Amino acid sequence: MVDVTDKTMARRAPRKIEVSAWSQLKSNRTWLGYWFMLPALAILALFLAYPLGLGVWLSFTDTKIGRGGGWIGLENYEWLQGDSTFWLSVLNTLLYTIVASVIKFAAGLYLALLLDKHIPFKALVRAAVLIPFIVPTVLSAIAFWWIYDSQFSILSWSLKKMGLITANIDFLGDPWNARWSTIFANIWRGVPFVAITLLAGLQTVSPSLYEAATLDGATPWQRFRHITYPLLTPIIAVVMTFSVLFTFTDFQLIWAMTRGGPVNATHLMATLSYQRGIIAGQLGEGAAIATAMIPFLLGAIMISWFGLQRRKWQQGSDND
Amino acid sequence: MAIAEAKADHSEGMSYLESVPRRLVTLYLPLVIFLVILLFPFYWMALTAIKPNEQLLDMETVSPFWTWDPTLQHIKKLLFDSNYPKWLWNTMYVAAGATALSIVASVLAAYAIVRLRFKGAQTVGGLIFLAYLVPPSILFIPLATVVFQYGLFDSPLALILVYPTILIPFSTWLLMGYFKTIPFELEECALIDGASRWQILTRIVLPLSVPGLISAFIFCFTLCWNEFIYALTFLQSVTNKTVPVAIVNEFVDGDIYRWGSLMAGALVGSLPLVVLYAFFVEHYVSAMTGAVKE
Repeated sequence: MVDVTDKTMARRAPRKIEVSAWSQLKSNRTWLGYWFMLPALAILALFLAYPLGLGVWLSFTDTKIGRGGGWIGLENYEWLQGDSTFWLSVLNTLLYTIVASVIKFAAGLYLALLLDKHIPFKALVRAAVLIPFIVPTVLSAIAFWWIYDSQFSILSWSLKKMGLITANIDFLGDPWNARWSTIFANIWRGVPFVAITLLAGLQTVSPSLYEAATLDGATPWQRFRHITYPLLTPIIAVVMTFSVLFTFTDFQLIWAMTRGGPVNATHLMATLSYQRGIIAGQLGEGAAIATAMIPFLLGAIMISWFGLQRRKWQQGSDND
Repeated sequence: MAIAEAKADHSEGMSYLESVPRRLVTLYLPLVIFLVILLFPFYWMALTAIKPNEQLLDMETVSPFWTWDPTLQHIKKLLFDSNYPKWLWNTMYVAAGATALSIVASVLAAYAIVRLRFKGAQTVGGLIFLAYLVPPSILFIPLATVVFQYGLFDSPLALILVYPTILIPFSTWLLMGYFKTIPFELEECALIDGASRWQILTRIVLPLSVPGLISAFIFCFTLCWNEFIYALTFLQSVTNKTVPVAIVNEFVDGDIYRWGSLMAGALVGSLPLVVLYAFFVEHYVSAMTGAVKE
């Protein structure tokens, strides 16, 4: 169809029929647009939008694996409200997200500033920094599991040789040790992403700004505070939203290392939801835990939204 | 020329203002600490994978940080006495299938949003971005019931169909950025010469956005390889599993010497991605930063 219209338009002198051909093309374009969108939208509707709704609905039912459930209203949520394990998992998730995100941001920004300087083998160093992000999370989590082994941990061995401790540290066996150990593994995995994306932002900052500031007698801290930081704010907003989002919904790191143990001390909402929903078969209850994560995610998205808005009014234009 | 000069300026920067000892303490020392921490787990993984069994748990007679008699026994055991090759194949099959599907869908969607500008294109673009923010952790339970209803449970096809929900939003946004940089005049010329939209897409837009396609491809492939929760939930039989799931579930037996084969499994599972990454570092970085900048 379009082919034909386009050809006729090309062959004839277009002056006279411009209006009608243009409007035809426009109407065709809309239809064509819908056709082009079809594969992507079909997949997203079937496997993303529909399950999202279904998940919320499941959380109001008592569905179990292999047995359809009936509507039970808020019962799942009422039951969770009195469940100390659930509240422990909420607190763990908040601790995990806040501590890991703050440190990831600080360390990532510091690493980005270091990488932005003039160093030998710059490309190689940058490539090496990103490796933790490339290797599948579960596989590096397994490496951490071995590093954190209760008897043969290389960390305990080194600290013992240095004379700092006398007995092996039980990294994953003690509740607080396990929490800090998993948080560290998460930071380790997240820092490269933050550092490399912030580095890309740093490289767009014009060096002449720093030179001018230095000539005016600005200290390194003042240069960072009044040039780097304000210019980097928009990209920081986006990077940190993603970082918070993925840390909050983390599953694989915990599952590979502790499976929520010891005594539920490292259960995040996602792992608890898997434990209750899939392993114990209580689909409805698992879905309720997953649905309880949505308000937090909306909060993170709002932050991202306002971060992006701010970029627009800062630049004083509506371009993207 | 001017740009090159500015770049050279930037890399040199004002570093001459700092003395060498000062740079040593404020730059090289922290950088080395960062690199050691970031790379040590891989060193340890690789070292464990080639250490002979008797050295694995004996930390007193030989220094644990190095080995003089490397062995391939763990890797050999992995490749010939376990289902590992099958898992590797499953992972690759699922990753390739899901990536191909996502790239085709994303190219069409991105082209439609950026260039066809149909009614509601902006809204659809925004919705696709929102889809990027929906994490698998809140979807796996309802998806498990959906997959079961469609009769796809325990089939790699389930993963090939579900992974694109993670990949399409990301690669659509990435490709939208690339398509925007292609001059509109090129397409207008082609339209006047009588090319159809499909011809414009395949003969003009796609050849011009090869770097973007490569970025999208590697990033999608890496994400598929890395995906865990869906694979863990939807696959049940041992021979259908992907590498990350199989390592966590099948290798953890009571054997005290399991660490050797476990680390060998992790190493072999990471190598394909590291090799891919080594060849396409620049594309990788541009994919990561491009998606964030958009």
